[in-house]
Amino acid sequence: MRAALLIGAALIAGQAFAQSPPWHNLGRAATQAEVKAWDIDVRPDFKGLPQGAGSVALGERVWEAQCASCHGSFGESNEVFTPIVGGTTKADIERGRVKNLELGSTFPQKTTLMKVATVSTLWDYINRAMPWNAPKSLKPDEVYGVLAYILSLAEVVPTDFTLSDQNIAEVQKRMPNRNGMVFHEPLWKANGQGDVKNVACMKDCPVETTIRSFLPDFARDAHGNIQEQNRVIGPVRGADTSKPAPTVPLGSAPAPVPVVVAAAKPAAGDVKPLLAANSCTACHGMTQKIVGPAFSDIAVKHKGNAGLESYLAIKIREGGVGVFGAVPMPPQPQLSAIEATAIARWIAAGAK
Amino acid sequence: MPPHLNDVIGRVLPAPENHLSAEKLELARKARRSFMGRALAMGAGVAASSAVATRAVAADGEEAILKLPPHTTGLGQSVATDGYGKPSQWEANLQRRQSPGLTRVPQASVSFTPLQGLFGIITPSGLHFERHHQGWWDIDPSKHRLMVNGLVKRERVFTMDDLMRLPSVSRIHFIECGANSAPEWGNVALPAVQYTHGMVSCCEFTGVLLSTLLEMCGYDKKNGKFVLAEGADGSSMTRTIDIDRAMDDCLVAWAMNGEMLRPENGYPLRLVVPGVQGVSWVKYLRRLEVGDQKYAAKDEAVHYIDHMPDGTHRQYTGIQECKSVITTPSGSQTLLDKGYYNVTGLAWSGRGTVKRVDVSVDGGRNWRTARLEGPVLPKALTRFNIDWVWDGKPAVLQSRAIDSTGYVQPKINQLRAVRGTRSVYHQNAIQSWRVAENGEVSNVQVF
Repeated sequence: MRAALLIGAALIAGQAFAQSPPWHNLGRAATQAEVKAWDIDVRPDFKGLPQGAGSVALGERVWEAQCASCHGSFGESNEVFTPIVGGTTKADIERGRVKNLELGSTFPQKTTLMKVATVSTLWDYINRAMPWNAPKSLKPDEVYGVLAYILSLAEVVPTDFTLSDQNIAEVQKRMPNRNGMVFHEPLWKANGQGDVKNVACMKDCPVETTIRSFLPDFARDAHGNIQEQNRVIGPVRGADTSKPAPTVPLGSAPAPVPVVVAAAKPAAGDVKPLLAANSCTACHGMTQKIVGPAFSDIAVKHKGNAGLESYLAIKIREGGVGVFGAVPMPPQPQLSAIEATAIARWIAAGAK
Repeated sequence: MPPHLNDVIGRVLPAPENHLSAEKLELARKARRSFMGRALAMGAGVAASSAVATRAVAADGEEAILKLPPHTTGLGQSVATDGYGKPSQWEANLQRRQSPGLTRVPQASVSFTPLQGLFGIITPSGLHFERHHQGWWDIDPSKHRLMVNGLVKRERVFTMDDLMRLPSVSRIHFIECGANSAPEWGNVALPAVQYTHGMVSCCEFTGVLLSTLLEMCGYDKKNGKFVLAEGADGSSMTRTIDIDRAMDDCLVAWAMNGEMLRPENGYPLRLVVPGVQGVSWVKYLRRLEVGDQKYAAKDEAVHYIDHMPDGTHRQYTGIQECKSVITTPSGSQTLLDKGYYNVTGLAWSGRGTVKRVDVSVDGGRNWRTARLEGPVLPKALTRFNIDWVWDGKPAVLQSRAIDSTGYVQPKINQLRAVRGTRSVYHQNAIQSWRVAENGEVSNVQVF
């Protein structure tokens, strides 16, 4: 009888799995086209890599138009992001380990190519996240080309090289730090063991009597006035770091006066939040050149030009090159015409 | 009181009163006047007996007491004036803040939680630290989709409606950026606990267990060893999650602290990977792929790696090991007076539960065990408190946490002896705060 009931229950469940939970059918099947649209990752064994090819020359053209403004013409710029190229040698390519990562190196910075072990990582990241302001806009051949150009700058491939899905595995064998990554499982598993040991000594523990490191006086206000970053009530106050520290013991000087600083609201017509939100300030300083010219320099250069507002509004949205040198300004299509005009009006009025 | 008066006022006076006849209204007025008179007389007695001064005040008392302020003598704001409430205007100093010069592009930047001003273990949603890799978005939840693909029997797409119908759980966990405290690997670099430790937050997350989704989709139990989590932002942040982690306590979460996630924290959907560095808690989660090998995505092959003294890089070292920090008093704060302080701070471990926190006020020579305040939860911030009477002399405050695995939070020199000084990530050393005679607290390193 019991067996008969169970069979009956299974029949009622029909095609569904007999032991499935009641929420089993929520959601729907993904279509092949949907999986293809989103499954863009490329693994170290190159699973997921699309067919295609791109030469160093193609890559250089794409680079100059879309990448150089942040990374510099040779991938060595440290202005906006840390350098991609630099610090690797032919000997590193032979050995698969980067000498400049070892103790005693005086090379100032760790570049991407010094660290990365797998060429698939670079292909994947350029394809999914670059260029910065328009991710996923490069075609596969352009990704191959840009990667070929980067690798040629580090002499991993020759300057007449064409990188493709067919030869990328060979390139992997020349990655300068391909043997530089190690896997330490205890720090990957939640139930692993730490690699650094301390013991919980409670009394008369061995310690040095000197202070090894402290913040220098000139850095006192590097993070603003800490008094304005603490509550105005409670057991402590923020120190007034806009002034030198008191030199007398507590109680000899007047007590600090509480200060509440409300978050600043942008003034009407203030374009600075717009500049920050669209990364304009990553490349243009208010009064100093960064990658591109200072806003104040743009205002000075075009002073008195008729129709300056509309000229600048177009430049902002469409990009350009040549007015201030060879580094191009990438297009900013994400800005609406109204936003671009607001910025243009502000620059035309002197960028103040 | 005449018996019929009960009909008029009862125990609770009905209001508005104009439903009463003129005659009954007059009876009620008389009754109320006599009651108010008695109440006022009692109030005056209380005020006279509570005038106990704790610090020097003028002979007749403090103005804050003697002069009735507008909030006592005027009409206040009406209900729901602010449909979604904000903190008091007097709390405006506590804000998420950036560290100047740390990053050059605001879309690939971080903001720090003001740990110096928080209580308990829950981080207010609006003060949860931020880390964006290509800028944040406020995504229309009706158009957001989650796809599960790869080594599964049924590749599926879920809407937010589908996900929120599934059986959900709520868990309190900390999230810490792998680079929290990173600038201090070499030397002291930052003035205040907001900047040294503020890339940690702790919230109640609500969502569906990742294991529920993977089982619904029939993941390959033999070959499915890893899960790739991918976001829907420009960077499409990708991270490899170990299948054991994925099937343990990971959540696909839509809520934080009882409300939907904030956009800066991944609205409408993010992954929660308890105990593991924040970069793995992929925001704007759009895809989960089950695979048979690790993916070596950019942020696990170029960043979030540990630079060892022999020049190698340790990859996939995401567990946030046991750590603690004193938040009051802490760097760039100044003590108001000598005498008693409740020294308080936070401890956490990605491997389990905080078992004990010890505190030293003499730079690590002698230690006392602090009080752990409840709740003490696995992979969550734990609040500790300890009594301290400051004698006005220089002191160095430290806290040292021990977790359920017996791991003892190391000193910075012990960490460096194993991992060198060129690492960036996973700095969980004991923090030292020096209290000077002038009452100011500063960030120092002692061995």
